[in-house]
Amino acid sequence: MINKKVNNVQEALQGIENGMTIMLGGFGLCGIPENSITELVKKATTDLTCISNNAGVDDFGLGLLLQKRQIKKMISSYVGENAEFERQMLSGELEVDLIPQGTLAERCRAAQAGIPAFFTPAGYGTEVAEGKEVREFNGKMHIMEHAFNADFAIVKAWKGDEAGNLVFKGTARNFNPCMAGAAKITIAEVEELLPAGGLDPNEIHIPGILVNRIFQGEKYEKRIEQRTVRKIF
Amino acid sequence: MALDKNQIAKRIAKELKHNYYVNLGIGIPTLVANYIPEGIDVEFQSENGILGMGPFPFEGDEDADLINAGKQTITTLPGASFFDSAFSFGMIRGQHVDLTILGAMEVAENGDIANWKIPGKMVKGMGGAMDLVASAENIIVAMMHVNKAGESKILKRCTLPLTGVGCVKKVVTELAVLEVTPAGFRLLERAPGVTVEYIIASTEANLIIDGEIPEMAID
Repeated sequence: MINKKVNNVQEALQGIENGMTIMLGGFGLCGIPENSITELVKKATTDLTCISNNAGVDDFGLGLLLQKRQIKKMISSYVGENAEFERQMLSGELEVDLIPQGTLAERCRAAQAGIPAFFTPAGYGTEVAEGKEVREFNGKMHIMEHAFNADFAIVKAWKGDEAGNLVFKGTARNFNPCMAGAAKITIAEVEELLPAGGLDPNEIHIPGILVNRIFQGEKYEKRIEQRTVRKIF
Repeated sequence: MALDKNQIAKRIAKELKHNYYVNLGIGIPTLVANYIPEGIDVEFQSENGILGMGPFPFEGDEDADLINAGKQTITTLPGASFFDSAFSFGMIRGQHVDLTILGAMEVAENGDIANWKIPGKMVKGMGGAMDLVASAENIIVAMMHVNKAGESKILKRCTLPLTGVGCVKKVVTELAVLEVTPAGFRLLERAPGVTVEYIIASTEANLIIDGEIPEMAID
C-alpha cells in the first residue's frame, strides 16, 4: 500500500503558492472542499486562478476567497449567486472565463486521462467558439477544446482510505472525480478517513493512484444553497 | 386566454413518452415533473449527476449532498443512480437522454436559441445549456411569447448572443405551440380562447398556418 495520508489540512496544502492554478470540486455548495478553502483563506495565497463550476456564495465556498481578493481569475460555467463576485467582475478586478459545463467537466477529464484536446458540439456557432478550430464529424459541427493544465486539484469525498481511494455520496460527487488526477498534485479531503482495507474495492469510485495527499476534514458545515421542500397538502 | 406557467408545463408534459429519459431546465421546465401523464414512466436526469430524480423532500429530510442542477434539495426514486459531471455530459452528448426541456429568452425560426446572456447586464454563465442544446436530439423550449414590453421573443433571427444553433424542435408559450420546420415556425396549437390573428400579431417571425388551428387541450 502506498500511503497518501497527511496529518492535517496545513500539510495537505503545502506547495500552493501565489499565482497558481487550482481546480476545486463541487457544484454550487454541494461537495466543495470546505476545509481546504478555509485554509487557503488563512494562508492568504493570492492571484489564484480557480477552475470550479461555480464561485460559491458571498460568505461560503469560493466566496470566502473572493472576499479576500485572493482570486485573480475564475474559470466556471455559472457564477450567479454571488454579489461580491459580480462587483469584482464588473469593476474588472476579477477575470472570468465562462465555459459550458460539459466542456468544463471534459477538460478536467481530458487532463486526468492524458488527452490533450477533444472536439465537442457545445458552443458551436456561439461566442464560445470564437478563435477555436472547427471541424465537421458525421455531418455535425464541433469545436476543439483543450485539457486543463492546473497545479493543484482539491477534491472532496465522503469516505477515503489511506491508499487515497475515494467514495462519494449523492450529487456531492459532481466534478470531484473528474478533477482527481487532473492536476500536477491532487489533494483529497474526506469526511471519514479509513485505514487501507476499510473500503470495499468493489465500491471505490476513484482509485488512489489519482490522489497524492488525503486527509480527514476537521468539520463540515455542508450548507444548503436552495433549501426546497415539498408542501404537505 | 393566455396560459399561466403551470399550464405551459402541463401542455409540455403531454410531450413526454413512455420510458423517456428527460432533462428539465430551471424555471417552467421544472414544473413539468408535476404533470406526468397517467401510465407514462419517465426518469428525470439532472446534469449535476443524477438519474431518477424524485420530488422535493419533506421538511426535515433535506440532504445537503442531494441537490438538482438548480441547487435545490431533492430526493431519489427507486432505480436512481449518481454519476460524475463528465459522465453526466457524456450521456447528454452521447444522446442517451431522449428529451431536453429548457427555457429561453429568444428562439428563431431557424431553430437558434438564446438564453444565457444579455449584453450590458451581469452575465451569470451558460451552465450546462450549451452542451444540452448542442447535443440533445429533441429539444422543447418553454417560454413566454412576448417580453414585459410586449415585444415578440419568437423571431426571424435571434438578437441576443446564441446558446446554440439550429437545435430547437418545438416551442410552447402562453399563446401557442410552435414546431420548428426547415421552412420556419409552424403553428400547431393555440391557447384556449386565443385567436390565430392574435398569435400572428404577437410573433415577429413568419408563421406557417395550415387549415384550422386547434386549441391546446389543458385539463
